[in-house]
Amino acid sequence: MSFIKTLTNSEQGLFKPDSLTPMQKLALRFVVVGLIYYGVVVIEGMLMRLFEVNQGLALGVSPEQFFAIMTAHPLVGIFGSTYSIVFGAFLFLVPFLMKKPLWSIKLGNWNLWLITIGTFVFWFAGFVSHYSPLYTLYWPLPADFSQFSVLGGTFFIVGIALVMVGTAFFVINIYKTITYTPEGWGKQPKGALIKSALGLTGLTNLFSKKKKEHLVSLPVAAIARGTVDTAFNAVVILFAGVLILIYMVAELFGVSLKHSAIDALLYKNIFWWGLDLIADGLVLIFVAGTWYLLATLITGKKLFMENWARAALFVEMIVSWTVWSHHLMSDQAQPGILKILSGEMVTAFELITQGLAFFITLATLWSARPLKMNPPLKFLLGGLLGFALAVPAGIMQADLGLNRILHNTQWIVGPHVHVAILIGLTMTLYSAIYFLFPILTNGAKLYSNKLASFHFWAHLLGGIGMGAFMGMAGLRGMLRRSIYLNGEFNIYMILAAISGSFLLLAFLAFFYNIVMSVGLKGVLGIFMPAKLKTTELLPTEK
Amino acid sequence: MTDSNIVLTGQTIAYTFYVLAIMALMGWFSYKVTRNGSGKVVKPALFYSFVGFLVVIGVSLHIVTHETIPWKSMDLNRAEIKADKEFHITMQNHKYLLPVPKLTITKNEKVRFIVESKDLTYGFGLFRNDNSMVFQMQVIPGHVNDILWQFDRSAVYSIRSTEYSGPKGVNMIMRDAIEVVE
Repeated sequence: MSFIKTLTNSEQGLFKPDSLTPMQKLALRFVVVGLIYYGVVVIEGMLMRLFEVNQGLALGVSPEQFFAIMTAHPLVGIFGSTYSIVFGAFLFLVPFLMKKPLWSIKLGNWNLWLITIGTFVFWFAGFVSHYSPLYTLYWPLPADFSQFSVLGGTFFIVGIALVMVGTAFFVINIYKTITYTPEGWGKQPKGALIKSALGLTGLTNLFSKKKKEHLVSLPVAAIARGTVDTAFNAVVILFAGVLILIYMVAELFGVSLKHSAIDALLYKNIFWWGLDLIADGLVLIFVAGTWYLLATLITGKKLFMENWARAALFVEMIVSWTVWSHHLMSDQAQPGILKILSGEMVTAFELITQGLAFFITLATLWSARPLKMNPPLKFLLGGLLGFALAVPAGIMQADLGLNRILHNTQWIVGPHVHVAILIGLTMTLYSAIYFLFPILTNGAKLYSNKLASFHFWAHLLGGIGMGAFMGMAGLRGMLRRSIYLNGEFNIYMILAAISGSFLLLAFLAFFYNIVMSVGLKGVLGIFMPAKLKTTELLPTEK
Repeated sequence: MTDSNIVLTGQTIAYTFYVLAIMALMGWFSYKVTRNGSGKVVKPALFYSFVGFLVVIGVSLHIVTHETIPWKSMDLNRAEIKADKEFHITMQNHKYLLPVPKLTITKNEKVRFIVESKDLTYGFGLFRNDNSMVFQMQVIPGHVNDILWQFDRSAVYSIRSTEYSGPKGVNMIMRDAIEVVE
């Protein structure tokens, strides 16, 4: 096939959007939106990397715009990209694994568009107005109207609120799908399903001789548990958003509310409690669940130590509710007991829960030797390596002695945050995308395995390299969220930028590979209404 | 006395060693998993040993740092420790207001810095001339933000805000604001 024909009609013309069910279209729409926003994040990241080397290199980005990009970058990454891909995959996988239709496809589509539009609104508001309180929104910075536009900030917060409403729709759809009784089915045991989904059955099985049957599979249990954190997080972010909006609306009406009405430390505690439900909660739980699912799908074997895996997921959920204080170790007014118990001790539990997930996944893969080193397995191993690198880095900085000299340095965002997200999380998501690609596209063929291989190596080396060089700068005192005008850490920033460019190349290779695999007509077709009128996940074979 | 440079050198060595080891393990696993296996599954004893190992590592890290990093226990007990000198510093409108233009400290003195913010959340960090960090803390408005530090060598330090407080805050640096003398 000629290049133009493949670009237009997909590899060997195998992808036919008209053959997709509404559920396949929903999942693919989420993935396309997530990948486009990931592209935005990579470009923004590259601009920031260039700015850190030399302001003149960053295509005219001003310091105000630099911080606006820094504000939008993680939010677009988490909500626009990761949430989209994860929600799309899980809205497909939960009914797939439970062998029943999604509770509401309509709600799923609302979920998609609210996240897509909400992300665009807050990104655009930040781009135009340079609203830049960063994702941490430390009080009273988001309501500091001597630095930021009230109107820009209002649109920014409204965008975030739209994303949170979309997130609430996801939570409802997941729990309803687990518990509802489809037409023609016998009555489903709601209570027992919830207990199994939350991991309580797995936990009691550890200590009981009479083992109860698991009503939901382990990946569904992981999704259900992570979804609890997703719900709490949405509530806290909405709460903070409403609070900030009150100050903004008052300001628009000419009334300046007192910042001191809100206790900055209490606000910081509540906000980090909610925010950590993502970083130390749903991300770890969803990732562990995805590892288990991929390991069993790739090997066709039962998961190693399944009851332990279920119990660890439950413990991880409790850990995620009690771990927030490691973000306040440098806040001297924070009680010391919270710093030790929540900050140091509970955080150390993450080494154990994530370590268990790591071991269980590797042991499951090991049991099925020899395996073919295909893209899903490669990326899964990359994802495992990412968390094996990033979690210990996080445990180190959650020590009272080390935090005193690491907090807010490039160490935090390099070896911990970026390695966890880019290598651990993103490579796990790529593994799932490569695995689900033929299922979601009714057997479309990947355009090039060589490009997939290049994608893997460039992403792995770029992500680890960038994290490492940022970390080296951090250990020498370079702060994050700051600008160095005299090239103080240039050698590390140049090396980090070179590594970052590998990430950009990896994404371009992947994007090109996917576009060639489904064709431009196929991409458009994904967003057209489905011709098949069915609630089934896959088309019925004739 | 142990300072941040020594602690971070130790951390760099330990973490680098770990990174190389885990990469080698994953490389070995990736190779072996594509080869024919013996059909044996991983023994649960290995799993339980691994769990025990993680527990030991997670707990011992904090015990080791408590015993080896001098500022850790001092920070936790700072309310009971009498300082040789106290400096009250105010932060407002992205500026530091020092009690005197240069804070002079005699070597081996225990010094308490009490920093108050009148508006935003800031940071308070001390940096050497090579930009490496001595220590830092957050400065939260409406709360007492204090840190106790013992200076065991003569040096000159700069103060820099270690927390983002909006684009206006990027230049919050006071060069050579602290001098430790014999």
